[in-house]
Amino acid sequence: MATYVARRLIQAVVVLLAVSLICFCIFRYLGDPVISMAGLYATFQEREEVRRVFGLDKPTYVQYGLFVWNAAHGNFGKSFVSRVPALPLILERFPATFELATCAVCIAFVVGVGLGVLVSLRPYSAKSRLIMAASLGGISIPTFLTGILLIMVFSVMVGILPSYGRGNTIQLGFWRTGLLTLDGIKHLILPACTLASYQLAVLLRLTRAGMREVLAEEYIKTAWAKGLPPRKVIFKHALRNVMIPVVTITGLQFGELLAFSIVTETIYQWPGMGNLLLTSIYENDQPVIVTYIMLASLIIITLNTIVDILYAILNPKIRYD
Amino acid sequence: MTERRIKSRMLSSFLHDPSALLGSVILVIFLMATLLAPLITPQDPYDLKKLTLESFLKPPLWMEGGQAPFLLGTDDQGRDILSTIIYGCRTSLIVGFGVVVLAGTFGVAIGLLAGYYGKWLDTVTMRLADTFFSFSTTLLAFLLLGIFKHGGILVVILAICIADWVRYARTMRGSVLQVKEEAYVMAAKATGAGDLRLLLRHILPNAIPPIFVIVAVDLAVVIMLEATLSFLGVGVPVTEPSLGMMIAIGKNYVYAGKWWMIVFPGGALVFLVVGINLFADWLREELNPKIERRG
Repeated sequence: MATYVARRLIQAVVVLLAVSLICFCIFRYLGDPVISMAGLYATFQEREEVRRVFGLDKPTYVQYGLFVWNAAHGNFGKSFVSRVPALPLILERFPATFELATCAVCIAFVVGVGLGVLVSLRPYSAKSRLIMAASLGGISIPTFLTGILLIMVFSVMVGILPSYGRGNTIQLGFWRTGLLTLDGIKHLILPACTLASYQLAVLLRLTRAGMREVLAEEYIKTAWAKGLPPRKVIFKHALRNVMIPVVTITGLQFGELLAFSIVTETIYQWPGMGNLLLTSIYENDQPVIVTYIMLASLIIITLNTIVDILYAILNPKIRYD
Repeated sequence: MTERRIKSRMLSSFLHDPSALLGSVILVIFLMATLLAPLITPQDPYDLKKLTLESFLKPPLWMEGGQAPFLLGTDDQGRDILSTIIYGCRTSLIVGFGVVVLAGTFGVAIGLLAGYYGKWLDTVTMRLADTFFSFSTTLLAFLLLGIFKHGGILVVILAICIADWVRYARTMRGSVLQVKEEAYVMAAKATGAGDLRLLLRHILPNAIPPIFVIVAVDLAVVIMLEATLSFLGVGVPVTEPSLGMMIAIGKNYVYAGKWWMIVFPGGALVFLVVGINLFADWLREELNPKIERRG
């Protein structure tokens, strides 16, 4: 077990270093950082000055070492556009994205798993067929279309929910939250439902498929046979076993959540990290792009390593040697 | 069961499954429409000479202010929505099939080698697959195109392939690991068959069925991904028709009530993807031996 954990940690570090190398190459070789920093109309002396100050005249491996050293200390350079350090610029947007993503995941889990269990119990009933048909629609509608259709219905036609921004927010220390005002929650409903939509249908289908396989197992038949109440058989014996792979898959697909948060934030002009990333891509703001990639990789890889190790501990069927 | 009986059973199950039939019919309609696009569309929406700004933002024909021959209305450049949808579906299908063929071939080859030879090749491939998987195809393709932007359709296909091949490699490797322990592979080995013969003649044909399901599911996923990327402005260039871009343009007019600019291209996209998914669902149930079937 200890060997497995150690190997998993080393892998995480290797992947992070690989990502940092790619980011370094993007920053160094895609466009000229000297011109980006000194400006198009800088004189030759000014450019040399920038080159010297930022260490761009040193050999490549020294520059890469410097890049990693600075990154480890949270220093990714300044945004080319707004001229402020890139990391605080992104971290400032973090609470908005975090609140949106958390609400979306909660909605998706409660509704998706709930419906999945319901469908698996009576797979051939009319209600189940209807839910499955709806879920087929759910996985066939891309997130951006869901978002726009929700805006069309609830903001334009009915006009009860706002479609733009975060509404009123309250500053709590470093954290700016929209969850404590009615206006903030109103603004959250449409984006959260949009972001939940892609995961909801997938969770429903995963739960249903898992439940159908588990419900056919001998130990479930035993549980029914010894007269346990249905609630216990379904939730304690069947669902718990289904949830291990379902939670693992969702945990491992965190990148997907980030990707769709970019889409959702763009549609609703939600002031989160994804929205900032897309703007930075349009404006060729490499420090911000690189910082986002490094930050996203760090979160994804950490989460992945934790999920893998937890899975190995929780699942006695797997032995890693 | 002999091979012929399996085939005839699959055919009869296909013919008796209304959703599988419906899915295939939808797919065939889209394929026909896109192949015959220049013949059946009233206008080539990307030929600037054919566009007149006088007919911009016209509603569908049956509404007040509608104008022939624009059955589903026009966009802000005076492009016929129906024609642009058909040309846009053409882009969707080119990207979809392009990625499935390229990423599929590469992924299957890698999965085959990794599963058969194992050792370091297997470790490296699967670690790579895990990493790619956790970043997700969508995020990787988005970042690739966001950094190396302003390419053509080919660049979009390549970027999605780079992010997507691991899906095939992983499935193929798992399948190969099972098949290579089978008695007939051992028997072939015992008769002195070489690696190449074993791989291509015995393992590949028997390990490939799960890939068919992945192909069908992936086609739908890639078509949605292309639309998403184009919607975000990092997909196909503005000179190419794309459903995602049509919807992005329509979004600017959503408060002006020009609903036809979103609803029709969106509907076409969903219809196409539903068709593929219906077919994929049937294929998955058909090839999954674990699920009990009724009847």
